[in-house]
Amino acid sequence: MSGVRVLVGTRKGAFVLTSDEKRERWDVGGPFFAGWEIYHIKGSPVDPNRLYASQSSGWFGQVMQRSDDGGTTWAPVGNTFAYDGVAGTHQWYDGTPHPWEFARVWHLEPSLTDPDTVYAGVEDAALFRSTDGGANWHELSGLRRHGTGPAWQPGAGGMCLHTIVLDPHDPQRIFVAISAAGAFRTDDGGTTWRPINHGLKSAQIPDPQAEVGHCVHRLAMHPSRPSVLFMQKHWDVMRTDDAGENWREVSGNLPTDFGFAIDVHAHEPETIYVVPIKSDSEHFPLDGQLRVYRSRSGGDEWEALTKGLPQRDCYVNVLRDAMAVDSFGSCGVYFGTTGGQVYVSSDAGDNWRPIVHDLPAVLSVEVQTLP
Amino acid sequence: MIRVVLPANLKVLAHVSGELRLDVAGVVTQRSVLDALEAGFPMLRGTIRDQATQRRRPFVRFFACERDLSHELPDAPLPEAVAAGTEPLLVVGAMAGG
Repeated sequence: MSGVRVLVGTRKGAFVLTSDEKRERWDVGGPFFAGWEIYHIKGSPVDPNRLYASQSSGWFGQVMQRSDDGGTTWAPVGNTFAYDGVAGTHQWYDGTPHPWEFARVWHLEPSLTDPDTVYAGVEDAALFRSTDGGANWHELSGLRRHGTGPAWQPGAGGMCLHTIVLDPHDPQRIFVAISAAGAFRTDDGGTTWRPINHGLKSAQIPDPQAEVGHCVHRLAMHPSRPSVLFMQKHWDVMRTDDAGENWREVSGNLPTDFGFAIDVHAHEPETIYVVPIKSDSEHFPLDGQLRVYRSRSGGDEWEALTKGLPQRDCYVNVLRDAMAVDSFGSCGVYFGTTGGQVYVSSDAGDNWRPIVHDLPAVLSVEVQTLP
Repeated sequence: MIRVVLPANLKVLAHVSGELRLDVAGVVTQRSVLDALEAGFPMLRGTIRDQATQRRRPFVRFFACERDLSHELPDAPLPEAVAAGTEPLLVVGAMAGG
């Protein structure tokens, strides 16, 4: 029988949750790397037993881990992230130039075709690639050097490259997102890059329609339509139908269009999910009610999904990398909270149940649908 | 033989328990001890000192002989008792809450 593996990164370690297609009974593995922050774990689409994990600590820095057996055992790999050439400066919070300094790896994106190739999005914002299973990392510095880099500024969580989306139809095309710079695209495998933020409006920056400076929180794509991207921005849910050349707002009837996570149904490219969050500073659900919102029309029209989710006294957050879907016939949707819950819906969001209640604060959730 | 005690998290990472004993050639300094430590346990590279700048990570401290040696220069000789192996060099994760 096929199964599902949920890879959970938390503030204090990693957990691997496994079940079968029914997604009713779960085994909980871990904690792995106990006491360390696990910003992200993700498996190779080519070899599901090949996993990469970002392990970091305010005390001991960045460690990278790799598993070749689906998360049963792990081994450290290379953790040298050296910026290419003279690192230069970006803007600090107060607008003064600040040298680029590596802090941590936020996001890992394994290649769609080669289990030894993996991309890493880091803070301070840059994109690195390894082609030897994580042993060595090299910056794709055309992103940082294309011209707008010195104008980038950190968001509240730091200046992080947190989203990497690989185009399954065009291996030369990659999308990334940076807080608080915006979205960027390469069409030549990472050599040259340009901002793709036309249509974004951010009232929090001097020029609301500037080329860069937007606090993009997350991008999502359905693999069948790589030119259609959905974006959860600091405020606003956005959509592009031309690979980022133009964006339009699709927040529609959402009760608040602030949030972090966004994802797309595995089989319905127009069905998308967000978790509206109250902001600017609260960062918890409106009215203490944890609600996922689903649009079946690619945005604009949204419905609240509440069955099985706490509808009172709930003040958790759902972070940008903490939502994922499986690819079973009845699409499963998963998300984790800063309160340590990981929820699953095995019917595309209609009904929810917690897999675990009491993990450390969840930073990331990824799902592998296993044969 | 130089004795080194790692903080708990780094013991787990390095798959060791208790004190480490390292052969250190030449003058026994923070740098030479860390060079030997990282050579024997490559997974510790970057966890105690920055790989690019070689600077001690801010929340890591070096204690020995009831002294805080964290702010000593990397090439300053460590106390004789450490060099003689009668006292360990303690690598400590600073208390910082959370």
